[in-house]
Amino acid sequence: MPLTIGVSAVVVAAAAGLLVGPADIDVWGVLLAIADVLPLVDIDHGLTEVEHTVLFEIRFPRVVLGGLVGAILAVAGAAYQGVFRNPLADPYLLGVAAGAGLGATVAFGTASDSDFLALFAFAGGLVAVAITYSLGRSVGGRTTTSLILAGVAVAAFATAVQTYVLQRNTETLREVYSWILGRLVTVGWSEVVSLLPYAVVASAVLLGSRRLLDVLGIGDEEASALGLDVGRVRWVVVVAATLATAAAVSVSGLIGFVGIIVPHTVRILFGWSYRVIVPLSLLFGAAFLMFADVAARTVVSPAELPIGVVTAFFGAPFFVLVLRTMRGVR
Amino acid sequence: MIRWDSVEVTYGSARVLGPVSLEVQSGQWLGLIGPNGAGKSTMLKAALGLVEHRGHISLGNGDRQPGLDIAWMPQRPRMPEEMGLADYVMLGRTPHIGYLSSEGRHDLDSVRLALERLDLTDLADRPLGTLSGGESQRTVLARALAQEAQILLLDEPTASLDVGHGIEVLEVVDELRRTEGLTVVTAGHDLTLAGRFADRLVLLADGLIRADGSPHSVLTEENLTAYYGSGIRVIYDEDGPTVIPTRRSK
Repeated sequence: MPLTIGVSAVVVAAAAGLLVGPADIDVWGVLLAIADVLPLVDIDHGLTEVEHTVLFEIRFPRVVLGGLVGAILAVAGAAYQGVFRNPLADPYLLGVAAGAGLGATVAFGTASDSDFLALFAFAGGLVAVAITYSLGRSVGGRTTTSLILAGVAVAAFATAVQTYVLQRNTETLREVYSWILGRLVTVGWSEVVSLLPYAVVASAVLLGSRRLLDVLGIGDEEASALGLDVGRVRWVVVVAATLATAAAVSVSGLIGFVGIIVPHTVRILFGWSYRVIVPLSLLFGAAFLMFADVAARTVVSPAELPIGVVTAFFGAPFFVLVLRTMRGVR
Repeated sequence: MIRWDSVEVTYGSARVLGPVSLEVQSGQWLGLIGPNGAGKSTMLKAALGLVEHRGHISLGNGDRQPGLDIAWMPQRPRMPEEMGLADYVMLGRTPHIGYLSSEGRHDLDSVRLALERLDLTDLADRPLGTLSGGESQRTVLARALAQEAQILLLDEPTASLDVGHGIEVLEVVDELRRTEGLTVVTAGHDLTLAGRFADRLVLLADGLIRADGSPHSVLTEENLTAYYGSGIRVIYDEDGPTVIPTRRSK
């Protein structure tokens, strides 16, 4: 049942994303054109060539990219929260986002090629989380608090360096700022293609680990006594979540809030178990970001809002609403 | 059977256990007693591989696999409030379920049996946060039983229980020991219950074994006064020893 709701949310969000946009394309034509793509189906959709191009080279890849990024951020957030037993854990707290931001800032300052941007952001995120992880281990052994504290320190340091680099290269300020606010701008399908392998591998690993995240809920010591290799599970989950997050951040910039509100909303609505939270975060994360993108494209149309602004603007009140309603129910 | 062979545990420069050597036969119930800080919990944790130790710990059939061979009931278990009771007991099946697989028929059967044995079937869907102290304790024991391990290590199994529930839990353990041939090691402070259920007691103090033998031979006023301090009386009836605290000043 919850799975059906999740899949329905994704379908509705994707439909909204495909049907809504500044170019006024006939709804019926859009549906027929999509049906026409299916194998063995040949329908006259009645769209002009320009409309067809807008649909398949602009809207479609953007909707898919939004879905992928949303799914990754939400599922990574859920995984971090499970593996660190900390409801506030998300890519931001572990320094991944700040590291990626620093990488991107350096890329803007040294090269204009967007390939370098992705690569630098990716590298920045990975380096940051590697430092966080080794720092956390060296000062606090196995405790999760030391890891989170290390993440906060690494994030603060990376942000400071980023600010310094920005001060030295004020001409890139605007570009970097727009990236920090998050955006889902696509050039055809290239972003989707580059993100897809990370999304698929990370999702598979995290979905496969969801039962183990429940075992970690009883603490490292008791989980070890049950024969679980806690260190290895934590390492595998963190690496998978971080790789995917860094990949997502490198194409979409910093889109905050998804990794916190989606898993928590799922938890409040559908229960405590990561066996439910992980797959549903994947679906609702995708749906949430696709909806957010529709809002980003339409609210101040024909201009666009940064999607990071939308996720926080709509996400925060929505989350508060969910929290309050559910507290009343219980 | 489980054997500690010259086992020593140190934290920094402080030695908290050992060297101790001890062998517990299959089907035996060994009670570890001793004052706070004697090393009782550490001895259990060493067997589970949770603390680094020198020396060797082995089972009758070779090296141990925590989880599969040894089940543990911790002194202060971490019980997530929202988790359902049956889901929690299912965690005991973790050592039997592959990394990427999910529970099978046998796992569900083991959990059902453990719930029945501890009279928890009616509470199966209750969140852990709503359970009473006694129900929680029985739930943790059910999780340990679901592991189907041959060796059961219980750390303070009756600490949060009233005397009636305490006896009830220990009776269940004793029945399993007799019917399934489990090896049981308990650590605790209730000397009277330890003396009545265990067939062998080991008195630890400052990390070393100070006395080892039948409850009659270990629970003597001389032993207890030496390691717990004065003011302890022991009386015997046909059921075994009763340890009575008396006031040191009146």
